Amino acid sequence: MVGLHKSEFKNPVINWIDTRMPVFTMMQKEYGSFPTPRNFNYFWNFGALAMVNLVLMIATGVFLAMNYAPNSMLAFDSVERIMRDVNWGWLIRYAHMNGASMFFIVVYVHLFRGLYYGSYKAPRELLWMLGVVILLLMMATAFMGYVLPWGQMSYWGATVITNLFSAIPLVGKSIVTWLWGGFAVDNPTLNRFFSLHYLLPFVIVGVVFLHVVALHITGSNNPLGIEVKTPQDTIPFHPYYTIKDSVGICVFFIVLAALVFFAPNFFASPDNYIQANPLQTPAEIVPEWYFLPFYAILRSVPNKLGGVMMMFGSIAVLFVLPWLDTSPVRSARFRPIYRQLFWLLVISVFALGAVGAHRPQGIWVVIGRLATLYYFLHFLVILPVLGKLERPLPLPESISRPVLGGGKMPGGATAKPMEKA
Amino acid sequence: MADTAAHSPHPGAGHGPGDGATKRDFLKMVAGAGALVGAGAIAWPLIDSMNPSQDVLALSSVEVNLAPIPEGSGITVLWQGKPIFVRHRTAAEIKAAEDVKLGDLIEPQSDADRVKAGHAQWIVLIGICTHLGCIPLGNKPTDPRGEWGGWFCPCHGSQYDTSGRVRHGPAPLNLYLPPYAFENDTKIKIG
Ligand code: HEM
Ligand code: FES
Repeated sequence: MVGLHKSEFKNPVINWIDTRMPVFTMMQKEYGSFPTPRNFNYFWNFGALAMVNLVLMIATGVFLAMNYAPNSMLAFDSVERIMRDVNWGWLIRYAHMNGASMFFIVVYVHLFRGLYYGSYKAPRELLWMLGVVILLLMMATAFMGYVLPWGQMSYWGATVITNLFSAIPLVGKSIVTWLWGGFAVDNPTLNRFFSLHYLLPFVIVGVVFLHVVALHITGSNNPLGIEVKTPQDTIPFHPYYTIKDSVGICVFFIVLAALVFFAPNFFASPDNYIQANPLQTPAEIVPEWYFLPFYAILRSVPNKLGGVMMMFGSIAVLFVLPWLDTSPVRSARFRPIYRQLFWLLVISVFALGAVGAHRPQGIWVVIGRLATLYYFLHFLVILPVLGKLERPLPLPESISRPVLGGGKMPGGATAKPMEKA
Repeated sequence: MADTAAHSPHPGAGHGPGDGATKRDFLKMVAGAGALVGAGAIAWPLIDSMNPSQDVLALSSVEVNLAPIPEGSGITVLWQGKPIFVRHRTAAEIKAAEDVKLGDLIEPQSDADRVKAGHAQWIVLIGICTHLGCIPLGNKPTDPRGEWGGWFCPCHGSQYDTSGRVRHGPAPLNLYLPPYAFENDTKIKIG
């Protein structure tokens, strides 16, 4: 398809560029006039928030890297220097640190939004799977970032997590040695983690791009979970959703600022302000909060390989979720039983989070095992069976009907008036 | 164009239609396999560069003077970046380690196989929990040592006996033994 693009932009400079490289037309099509379901609620803000958050992480990270020294003898002191001596260093580091926590909050909400409204179902399976890839990349990035300040938690967290791979039969030990570049977590490990921590966010940018490409082919899901049928069902992305996203972005920055300025170490472990000591394990090793549910699953299984497999399995089930859920109805609003089990899943994930933060003793072991059991039961047994047994409520005829209130609605759909987008 | 020929249903001049594999198919396979080997040859130096370098590998050894270690406690020394436990066992601890029935062990191994003959009071171990790599507590008599009086791992609660054998999970294996030898009765060389 060779040939100049016929640009419709009036501005001569933009028109000149757009004729030769139609990026303005593309932006106008994908983010300007892009037809978007008119009934979004605020849960549809979180994708945009995640993107803003990613940009924030890269921006603060690049400036941190200008003062950070990736060497086991220097790393801890260089971070302390960032905190004390570098102009605004404390702000940049606290924004990066708390930005990581915000990133996971935002992405977890985004993910559970998808679970509730069935956004993973056909034709959005690939879109969903790309999302799970992003989650995995984020976890790897955050894990390696946490090692960089070279505190006690950095060191021992790295030791425990890299040792997970030693559970692999036969080659496990060689893999761990390879990951470390030595026989323990040490300077070579820190060096490569810094290199990868710098690289992976840009890989995430690439996968986010594919995520959006896939989104703009299928179009967005919506709180009713039914397809867009007529142009009446949609409104242009700009200005309607640019403005709605802006509201969310303001709230996001208010929360981030509250953390950074008033409770910068709310999510941090005091042990990480003690320099790494390879000869002393802290009394309690707790990963960052966003890994706690997975850590709890790991510890709930009294077998090393089993625990590791269940932990990775908890994410692997998300990959195949589109094929596990057999119900053709997307939104939980019209699935009376699923709607309740969804909350049971949320409760079990929160319970796992609490279990992960406590010593594996007494009641915590029991809660951990029950919650782990429910987590897997939910995805592997309940969802495949429920789709066949559950009797969904009647779906509304179209998105615009309940929103615009035009005409009488069929049966059950009147039960719940939709909020206006 | 050559490309068109490759995609036509009856490619390869000189072969009758329906002949199955053609010369072109063969060349494609050889070229593909060659490219794969080439890519692997390029990737390997990159991958292997992440393995321990020569300076890390250079097998250093350390000597440990045993004289100052009182009976009933142990010390930790660093060897190849790893903590090594050297513990002076009491008579009761040795007996406890020797009297265990092998069938009761998670990874059966006799105490005699884990110490040097004639030096049963000294146990030398790599002090890394075989679960996920934390350093177990128990060298100091005041440390928690677990039910079997050896070591207790604070991370996920594994317990080791006075021979460093795992007695309570999640750790699957006994503490590893480093290579070492007695130079004389009060000095060992690790490595
Ligand atoms: C996906 C985006 C990212 C995430 C989730 C992330 C996460 C983290 C985390 C959790 C820490 C530890 C914070 C602490 O406890 O001090 C960290 C540290 C660090 N990150 Fe990132 N990061 C991201 C992107 C980047 C980028 C793109 C760069 C560089 C270009 C970068 C450079 C650094 C540096 C130099 C540190 C060490 C200084 C410090 O500990 O504050 N990060 N990162
Ligand atoms: S690392 Fe020792 S019990 Fe897990």
